Amino acid sequence: MRYVEAFASPAVVGPALAELRRALAPGRRYRLMEFCGGHTHALYRSGLIDLLPAEIAMVHGPGCPVCVLPAGPITAAIDLLERDASVVVATYADLMRVPAGRDSFAAARDRGLDVRPVHGPSEAYALAVAAPERRVVFVAIGFETTTPPTALVVQRAAREGRRNFFVYGQHLQSGAAIDHLLAAVAGGRLQLDGLVGPGHVALVVGAGFFAPFAAKGRLPIVVSGFAPFDLVRALTLLVRQVNAGRAEVEVAYDRAVTWDGNRAAQAAIDDVFEPRPRSVWRGLGELAGGSLRLRPAYRAWDAEHAFELRPVAASDHAHCLCPSILLGERAPLDCTLFGRACTPARPLGPCMVSAEGACAAVFHAGRHLLQRAGAARTESPCAPSR
Amino acid sequence: MCLAVPARVVEVHADGGGVVELGGVRQDIRLDLVPDAAVGEFVVVHVGFALARLDVAETERTLALVAAQRDEAP
Repeated sequence: MRYVEAFASPAVVGPALAELRRALAPGRRYRLMEFCGGHTHALYRSGLIDLLPAEIAMVHGPGCPVCVLPAGPITAAIDLLERDASVVVATYADLMRVPAGRDSFAAARDRGLDVRPVHGPSEAYALAVAAPERRVVFVAIGFETTTPPTALVVQRAAREGRRNFFVYGQHLQSGAAIDHLLAAVAGGRLQLDGLVGPGHVALVVGAGFFAPFAAKGRLPIVVSGFAPFDLVRALTLLVRQVNAGRAEVEVAYDRAVTWDGNRAAQAAIDDVFEPRPRSVWRGLGELAGGSLRLRPAYRAWDAEHAFELRPVAASDHAHCLCPSILLGERAPLDCTLFGRACTPARPLGPCMVSAEGACAAVFHAGRHLLQRAGAARTESPCAPSR
Repeated sequence: MCLAVPARVVEVHADGGGVVELGGVRQDIRLDLVPDAAVGEFVVVHVGFALARLDVAETERTLALVAAQRDEAP
């Protein structure tokens, strides 16, 4: 466990924080976004969020795949279960409680439909092998981290001629979301001084992937790991770039991330998937090239094709702030539903679900309790203090 | 979804599969995407697939750097 615990120990993080404080320019404030929901959770779970200098405001980003997945594909998969008893839907546990209108995969399972939470595509494939009379549909979500595993399992299905395994491809491309953020910054809707780049996405796409975004948006990007030390190091590098007026890509996760990424993983994605002409993200709206579908060569394993799935839009809760929270415009505690009508046990919006949703991160850290006790620091760097 | 953990490789199988250990727990994983991974190395595991090898030399270098800073600090 050396390579996990060492980077979280006070003996390592303390000096890194001191270095971060020394890097700050006098009188300057920094608005920095962590793109990845895993980083949001790491900031709260470790308590690091309270140790950061007051000059640094963290803005939570859209990098939460279950948060930005629209309700339509969930509804389409549940409809399929209702009309075809041979179908088993397998998906990541994170997706089970995501609301789709008044429904969810968890609610569907409660009324007897066959939905199985799995840890990954291999487990979904094993279900198909074990039950040849059933048709297993793996609802595949996630950014570039989970896409290569899905691609490899589709290739395996093709190789082994497995005809009762299908993928409903909802994988997302982080580049499209970063483009969207840059447009919001350029349009004055979002103020940002720098971006903490997603470390595990970078394992696949490589740090070099972010260089065009840094250049185009004149925005410093530092790819970070998920340990407190990595995050503090990333913020230090960002602060130095801001001070120097630089906008480059740097890596604060040298032990795992390379400039070129994992070529084999990139090749697997490219072999199996192609960008959809258009896709709709919850909160962010329509993004060109934002999500992937299976290529025609793999049509026999494409659930969308085999079952003629047509996602229907489902409306979200009228008071849910998730769309603006995903864009960094509002913070979880700005939402009137937070911690009252909407909790991780009974989420009304997708940001309250998952190990990556910003509302879930803030809730698990007990921030709403502190706020009610009047003890919370200003939680929202974006909204005026209340 | 994008959470991943570093784990030590304890078995490498000829078919691209393998076994890793993390905190005493062993798990079957796929090593297709890091074909060079050897027993004893650390890999970053994600939904049952190793996505990258951990550069142990780089890791030790980082930790040594921090230790040096700490010793220099007033």
